[in-house]
Amino acid sequence: MKRIITFMVAAAAVAVGGSLVAQSVPEINYDANADLISLPSYGEVAGVATNSRGNVFVYARTGHAVATLGDERTFYHGGSRLFQFDQNGKFVKEIGQGVYAINFAQQVRVDPQDNIWVVDSGSNSVVKFDPDGRFLLVLGRKGENIGVRPGAGVPASVPDAAARGAGPEGGRGGGGGRGGSGNPGAGINGDSFNRPSDVTWDRAGNVYVADGFGTNNRIAKFTKEGNFVKTFGHTGSGTGQFNQIRGIAADAAGNIYVADAGNKRIQVFDGEGTFKSQIANVGTPQAICVSGGSSQYLYASNSNDPESMDHGEIYKLQLSGQIVGKFGKAGKLPKEFGMVNAIDCRTENDLWVGEVWNWRAQKVTLKK
Amino acid sequence: MIRRLTAVFVALFFATPVMGQNVSGPAKARATTPEIPFDSAPNFLKLPPGLYMGEGTGVATNSKGHVFAFTRSGETRLFEFDQNGTFVKEFGVGSYGFAFAHAVRVDKDDNIWAVDEGTNVIQKFSPDGKLLMVLGKRPDPLEQVTTMPGGGQYSGANRPYSFHRPTDIAWDPQGNIFISDGYGDSRVVKYDKNGRFVKSVGTRGNGPLQFSTPHAIAVDGKGLVYVADRGNSRMVVLDNDLNQKAVWDTIGAPWAVCISQGPHQYIYSSNSFPTGNNFDQASMTGEIYKMELDGTVLGRFGKAGHGSKEFSAVHQMDCRNADEMYLAEITQWRVQKITLHPQTTRATGGR
Repeated sequence: MKRIITFMVAAAAVAVGGSLVAQSVPEINYDANADLISLPSYGEVAGVATNSRGNVFVYARTGHAVATLGDERTFYHGGSRLFQFDQNGKFVKEIGQGVYAINFAQQVRVDPQDNIWVVDSGSNSVVKFDPDGRFLLVLGRKGENIGVRPGAGVPASVPDAAARGAGPEGGRGGGGGRGGSGNPGAGINGDSFNRPSDVTWDRAGNVYVADGFGTNNRIAKFTKEGNFVKTFGHTGSGTGQFNQIRGIAADAAGNIYVADAGNKRIQVFDGEGTFKSQIANVGTPQAICVSGGSSQYLYASNSNDPESMDHGEIYKLQLSGQIVGKFGKAGKLPKEFGMVNAIDCRTENDLWVGEVWNWRAQKVTLKK
Repeated sequence: MIRRLTAVFVALFFATPVMGQNVSGPAKARATTPEIPFDSAPNFLKLPPGLYMGEGTGVATNSKGHVFAFTRSGETRLFEFDQNGTFVKEFGVGSYGFAFAHAVRVDKDDNIWAVDEGTNVIQKFSPDGKLLMVLGKRPDPLEQVTTMPGGGQYSGANRPYSFHRPTDIAWDPQGNIFISDGYGDSRVVKYDKNGRFVKSVGTRGNGPLQFSTPHAIAVDGKGLVYVADRGNSRMVVLDNDLNQKAVWDTIGAPWAVCISQGPHQYIYSSNSFPTGNNFDQASMTGEIYKMELDGTVLGRFGKAGHGSKEFSAVHQMDCRNADEMYLAEITQWRVQKITLHPQTTRATGGR
């Protein structure tokens, strides 16, 4: 009898689609301001981040990516812009106009020294600007040739080769980052990123690039000068393996949190890439953040996909993985979230949330 | 010989990759419908030096009589003019959602909605130009560089929150949103006023609840939905839950449709002169029909051509006031303001 009851409870839990778990998570009250900043040019907000003075940086997909014609090879540039606002939301300036790697915005982060880092999944590059917006460092390389839709009459095999970025070296993208020459997910060395998604740093200034949601499925570690140290992770679903990395964050102790979206979990590693634990009850983590301050928290967004208004809640967790609460849901109204791709959490209760669906960054204030 | 020539013309026509431009003859109501006299102010919109209209694909007015023109210029741009045609401002400069203009509409609160078939995005702007809502998702260019889809032909994907070359937008009195979508889908999609998906109907074809390039859409004060089923040369009337109520097939190919405001609403439909500038079709297209909401044809006006009082591929119409209309034309880069002088409101049984 006991076994039957257990079975029925389990069946009921399955039938309601896991909502038993959701019911047990307390709701966090919050305010959201969708009007504090207004983009000079409208588009999908892929990244949002603040610096120590409260300035806000938004990396948005706006305008159009342009393919050059009449060149030796089809080349692709533009299509995204990086904007800076002051703490009151007033537009300050644009950074990186016309920069080679600005192509398809994926993320922006500000390091502890207030340098601004953009992650671009179109150019497969990570670019570091100083606090005033001057160029400092680039990791990864944009492909020299990008295949676009073939014209009529092109044999079927040719566009396929072009799509892989067959460059003048007869390889892949002329050495530029369409994943380098390694097998997909083979844990390749160096900085041949394939759709990198995020970047973070440990206290020593080492750089960790989430690489990414293409075929590499690895974390690449660099010194603070930008020299390659090591890589960890492969494609897969086992421990230390990834399927579509959407975000990365580090805590003060140097632990690295990786949003392993395709496996619906956050994996935690030490700075050498040794697996420590995983958090698997927060849906599909599409954006994560570790807050500043002496008592740190982890935030993770279970963002909706482009064809639904399901999910959309953001979880607040202890660094141990214990859920503190959640807030928000998917939608298009102010205070709702549409395909959240970025969370900034400089302090525990003051967040910025960047939305791909709703083309905006909202300032979110959590209430006790 | 004649037969051979005909065969060549037919072959040429089918080689043209443009949907919905089949003109097999004049509209059935043409010969029996009385003409309505009208005047035109073709240079009504005054652009500042350095700004140019391109293809006039969208035009709409707000409650103050301001005119919004959505045009395929060097970039797709959205301009606002006042009631005298003086330039006021531009909306969404450099937006991610402007690539290939299709239609612009103004809702009852004077918000401006721009339907862009290049990006598959519909943007809602406040009267002062602030972005209020985005419907649809632009395909990531990242995806396109490696897996470029075909040329935007019919796919029937029928996705709840993505469009495939959408064509137009309308609202019922409750604020529900209706979208004709479009070239790549053949359907009508309904959302609530907050952008939440309600339902969609339609596949490609010419049967009940099928469409062939639903090219424009309008909703009347009772919430009935009028779909300009251009490729099938018919207007399809749906109820508010998207059940089919009626089909009108005597008014040619409806490229553009609008419904006037006020207690007695009229519906206008344009059997536009196709964009190919094939003047063989000029004698049997170009006119606009004025109708009661039950489909009774009251009159027609205009003819194909580039001149004043002629219409050159009318692509969108505004008829906030029943006798004062704005027409956006593709193959003459302009918006015409026209004033109708209807002589009679007597129904003529043109159905």
